[in-house]
Amino acid sequence: MNPVNYLYLAALLFSIGATGVLIRRNAIVVFMCVELMLNACNLAFVAFSRLHGNLDGQIIAFFTMVVAAAEVVVGLAIIVSLFRSRHSASVDDASLMKL
Amino acid sequence: MSASAVHSLWTMAATAPASNEIGKIDAPKIEYAQLSPTLIVIGAALIGILIEAFVPRRSRYYAQVGTAVLALVAAFIAVLALAADGYGTTKAHIAAMGAVAVDGPALFLQGTILLAGLVAIFTFAERRLDPAAHGNQVDSFAAQAASVPGSDSEKAALKAGFTTTEVFPLALFAIGGMLVFPAANDLLTLFIALEVFSLPLYLLCALARRNRLMSQEAAVKYFLLGAFASAFTLFGIALLYGYSGSVSYARIAGVVDGSVQDIDPALADTMGNDALLLIGAALVVMGLLFKVGAVPFHMWTPDVYQGAPTPVTGFMAAATKVAAFGALLRLLYVVLPGLRWDWRPVMWGVAIVTMLGGAIVAITQTDIKRLLAYSSIAHAGFILAGVIAMNPEGISSVLFYLAAYSFVTIGAFAVVTLVRDAGGEATHLSKWAGLGRRSPLVAAVFAVFLLAFAGIPLTSGFAGKFAVFKAAAEGGAGPLVVVGVLSSAVAAFFYIRVIVLMFFSEPQPGGPTVAVPSALTTTAIAVGVAVTLVLGVAPQYFLDLAGQAGVFAR
Repeated sequence: MNPVNYLYLAALLFSIGATGVLIRRNAIVVFMCVELMLNACNLAFVAFSRLHGNLDGQIIAFFTMVVAAAEVVVGLAIIVSLFRSRHSASVDDASLMKL
Repeated sequence: MSASAVHSLWTMAATAPASNEIGKIDAPKIEYAQLSPTLIVIGAALIGILIEAFVPRRSRYYAQVGTAVLALVAAFIAVLALAADGYGTTKAHIAAMGAVAVDGPALFLQGTILLAGLVAIFTFAERRLDPAAHGNQVDSFAAQAASVPGSDSEKAALKAGFTTTEVFPLALFAIGGMLVFPAANDLLTLFIALEVFSLPLYLLCALARRNRLMSQEAAVKYFLLGAFASAFTLFGIALLYGYSGSVSYARIAGVVDGSVQDIDPALADTMGNDALLLIGAALVVMGLLFKVGAVPFHMWTPDVYQGAPTPVTGFMAAATKVAAFGALLRLLYVVLPGLRWDWRPVMWGVAIVTMLGGAIVAITQTDIKRLLAYSSIAHAGFILAGVIAMNPEGISSVLFYLAAYSFVTIGAFAVVTLVRDAGGEATHLSKWAGLGRRSPLVAAVFAVFLLAFAGIPLTSGFAGKFAVFKAAAEGGAGPLVVVGVLSSAVAAFFYIRVIVLMFFSEPQPGGPTVAVPSALTTTAIAVGVAVTLVLGVAPQYFLDLAGQAGVFAR
């Protein structure tokens, strides 16, 4: 199968993730959409790796997974602490500093 | 049937590696001495984690501050030693198997980040400003970050005298990432360094002692937008990798300007696809502009600067900007010079809206931290004018501007921590009225910082702006300089307005008091004033230093 099709899929997943970040209001869901974007990047890396016949892209995919895991640790800690003090994880409610 | 024969029914010996291939893999060659600044800082951060685990609570603060200060001083000495050895000029090269550059801009920016980080650690460690709670001296950070604001567990943590000493290892991790960021010589290292310095900063933002809800809100905003931006960066990296078949800066630059020799059919195919290159480069640059706080990607800056604990804001405003501009310079000057006819017009637009947008919106601000946030956006625009110059003076003037700007910023935010009322820091501008009558020294010091931000002669801000605009004019960006000078004038208006407010209006009854800091914050502010005046009165030595350092290795 032509590897370019995987790139179209990666771009599609990335766009779905980016759209989700912009339109969803729950911080957890927004964060999951970011993770979807990172996984779309992984798919693109692996597809390009296959296309070029070198392993760089596959190695980078591993690094991305580790970064995504570290981001989950930090992100959930922050979102949970916000949820516990406000009883809401909506990004619209977090507007103390709005002018 | 013997045991081994039975075993062989369902297993077989692995084929012997052909001619001992394993022995042929070369171990990577790491130049530990040349990477020592980063290694020292990261090592000290790891020691900081062990201190959290094993040192009794009452002595943790001293152990953590001592470790952090020692590590930053040692790393700075290591940078000086490398520079004295000539790694900044004649011996500049690429270390760690092509991952990290050891050259002039990298060493200059690493030195700046380490000094700024050291001064910021002093403001982190300040424990004299907040009144002692239950007989325990407290700093600007939450007693226990996990306890809900206003809950019983928070009161218990306050009573027990807990302090979040984890901020010191977190800051060291952030500094470690920032040291690698401007030196990164491939896109993977760039991305990892970006995350290594961003993740601790997200956490630090959430740790304020006062206004905890605002602080948590700032952290959520910074985290979600930062993760969003780094996902875009990563997709850009994927596209550039697809375009060139490599993430190494030198290789990508070679593919962009068509000077590579070994072109295989796959590369020949992707090289012809300009969409991959243009979209990829745009996305990576976008991620860096987000970190810098340039205008279409600046929305997080005011909220995060306002909500984060003020020492963290100062650290973030200074060190992040230095690291991110370093990475942006290297990307645009080393990887994408072949694409400059495409990126220069875009960066022109970004610089213009950043300068004007930051300066104009700052006029309407009523909170001193938000005002400084918009001022930092305007300054990002001025520095971008130097980046656009695309000549050697462009590099050296940006290096000089970053060094000058970072100390002014940390000093200014350190002064903001001193002006307090019952609710903590009094950041509303109306409360600053008449400060000059009540505490002339603090107001005068803040006035020096504001004049430096405004770019008044005899301050470092003037020398920096002059260098940047001169480079931009020589690089053929004359109209940009005109816009820059105009928005400097607009910016000067609101800086001067704060000075007028402090010195020429009556103090309010029940206004804020100025806390007397310990030697730590005093040192931070004194260093800020000293750097501002020295770089303003006698900038030539430092301009020459930046000029010598202004050559990238590739």
